[in-house]
Amino acid sequence: MTQKLHPALIGFTVLVFIFLIGPLIIVVGSALSDTTHLTFPPQGLSLRWFANIFEIAAFRRTIITSLQIAFLSTFIALLIGIPAAYALNRYRIQLPGWLATLFVLPVLVPELVLGFALLKNVAVQFNTPIFLTLVFGHSLLVLPYVVRVISASLASFDFSVEEAAISLGAPPLRTFFTILLPNVRSGVIAAFILAFITSINDVSISIFLTGPGISTLPIQLLAHMEQFFDPTVASVSVLLMVLTVGVMAIVERTLGLTFLAK
Amino acid sequence: MTKALSIQSITAHYGTTKVLEDLSLEVAEGELVSLLGASGCGKTTTLRLVAGFLQPTSGRIQLGGVDLTRLPAHRRDIGLVFQNYALFPHMSVADNVGFGLKQRGVAPAEKTKRVAAMLERVGLAHLASRLPGELSGGQKQRVALARALVIEPPLLMFDEPLSNLDAKLRVDMRVEIRQLQRANGTTSVYVTHDQEEAFSISDRVAIMHAGRIMQLDTPETLYQRPANAFVARFVGFENLIPMRVVERDGAKITAEAAGGVRLTLGLEQFGAIPDSFTLACRADGLVASPDLAMEGIPATLGLRTYLGRAYQYQCDTPAGPLLANGPLTRPLEMGGQAKLVPVPEQCTILAAETA
Repeated sequence: MTQKLHPALIGFTVLVFIFLIGPLIIVVGSALSDTTHLTFPPQGLSLRWFANIFEIAAFRRTIITSLQIAFLSTFIALLIGIPAAYALNRYRIQLPGWLATLFVLPVLVPELVLGFALLKNVAVQFNTPIFLTLVFGHSLLVLPYVVRVISASLASFDFSVEEAAISLGAPPLRTFFTILLPNVRSGVIAAFILAFITSINDVSISIFLTGPGISTLPIQLLAHMEQFFDPTVASVSVLLMVLTVGVMAIVERTLGLTFLAK
Repeated sequence: MTKALSIQSITAHYGTTKVLEDLSLEVAEGELVSLLGASGCGKTTTLRLVAGFLQPTSGRIQLGGVDLTRLPAHRRDIGLVFQNYALFPHMSVADNVGFGLKQRGVAPAEKTKRVAAMLERVGLAHLASRLPGELSGGQKQRVALARALVIEPPLLMFDEPLSNLDAKLRVDMRVEIRQLQRANGTTSVYVTHDQEEAFSISDRVAIMHAGRIMQLDTPETLYQRPANAFVARFVGFENLIPMRVVERDGAKITAEAAGGVRLTLGLEQFGAIPDSFTLACRADGLVASPDLAMEGIPATLGLRTYLGRAYQYQCDTPAGPLLANGPLTRPLEMGGQAKLVPVPEQCTILAAETA
């Protein structure tokens, strides 16, 4: 049974794919260029701009910092977000409706404002270490995504399953880990990936909170671009993509990307 | 293992709304008692209170003489069967059934043996390694039943366990549930809104309304001798005729209903009859007769409907609108006159209520 596709639909689909994939091809192409300036299509093929990233100490440092911040802030957001999403769904009827909205509010505040506010009211006010402030800011940034995504997977969870486990003698906390968590695993993985990507690519908040000696990769990239217009920019972008895909692959291997199928 | 359940003067609230009022219920050891009523009558609340998912405002719950009221739900040792099965979606059938044993620290070898034996009993041994998502509704409910039974709980509770199954399977499953329950002799509480289901499998049925038990009795008594107008209507007495005794004459009384309708009733049939009472009869117990000389309630016949076993008439009488049946051999004309004759064996007397 084959269905006939309208030619216009095929054409439109192709356009959408070009729109989605085109920028990636251009960035990857530019990164491979042998020239000292950004060009596309690449002239000559070379990996020297990738090597260049690792020759510059600031890039080496910030890659590590960015990874640390992304992992830590994602971990903190999951630690807060999973119980929050659980409570919001489990006690939906008892809890006031605006409480769920509260967890989405950080998304509504422009990130620049959030970054500036954190700088003024946390970093300067309490003179907190730069790294900790960055982790705190990023946790705040990714928390709404974590709560939303996990809430979505909890929405289809039947809480009487939890009661069944309790009635069979499992204490509430054990029920949470052996019954609830395995059933929202896909949501947790999705939240992890989304939070990780959001953190590692963030500029708006990091630009306020980075300081002497500590910077993140996107901020370092910005600083680099102010002085040089070489393909390093493109190669760092490719590196960020690879990092993201790499993390997704690891997560998939260890936990399974079943959420894509669900 | 099995024990009696005693619910003593339980009152419960949802927020400020009172959902149960001073409810008491004794379920004897090995007995199956159903809580029957429309949604919102408090039957599920009662079950959840006993399970420990809700806390009563006041009152006590005891199982085998032990006070459960303040015990957390996971330590109450009660087998629960849910309406939507509530199987663990990420575990195989065998792991679902074995979950309770695992919580009790039963050794793996022993656990495997008991799970296998239980699956054999519910006829699902061949599906032990399947996930719940791969089972039909009836199979899921069997797994849920096995999971609750395998821990050999002193009390089993069912929350509308058959509502999600189709009609044929419902009848099969309720027989199966009753057989398993009787074989184990497990004290059981069964919540349902389905009268036929409750009556068919219960030792006793509690008919509930607005957070109270209206009557707790054997199905036979409930069906034939309801204690009040609510239960009478619930079990299908369509005609409730308020009456007043005007004359007592030995073994007979004469009573008058609205519109001056008079009936003679025998005391040997009804026992003592109070001065003011309600005569309750189903349409089957009120026969429409074209013989106007008979003693009965004069009526104008309205719409006639065909029931298969009889014709049914919507009747207009001085005592108000009534529902009567007539034999198939002799259909009566709509709009005609008839006498409605109560069949004493199919009628019952309700003491007049203040409500």
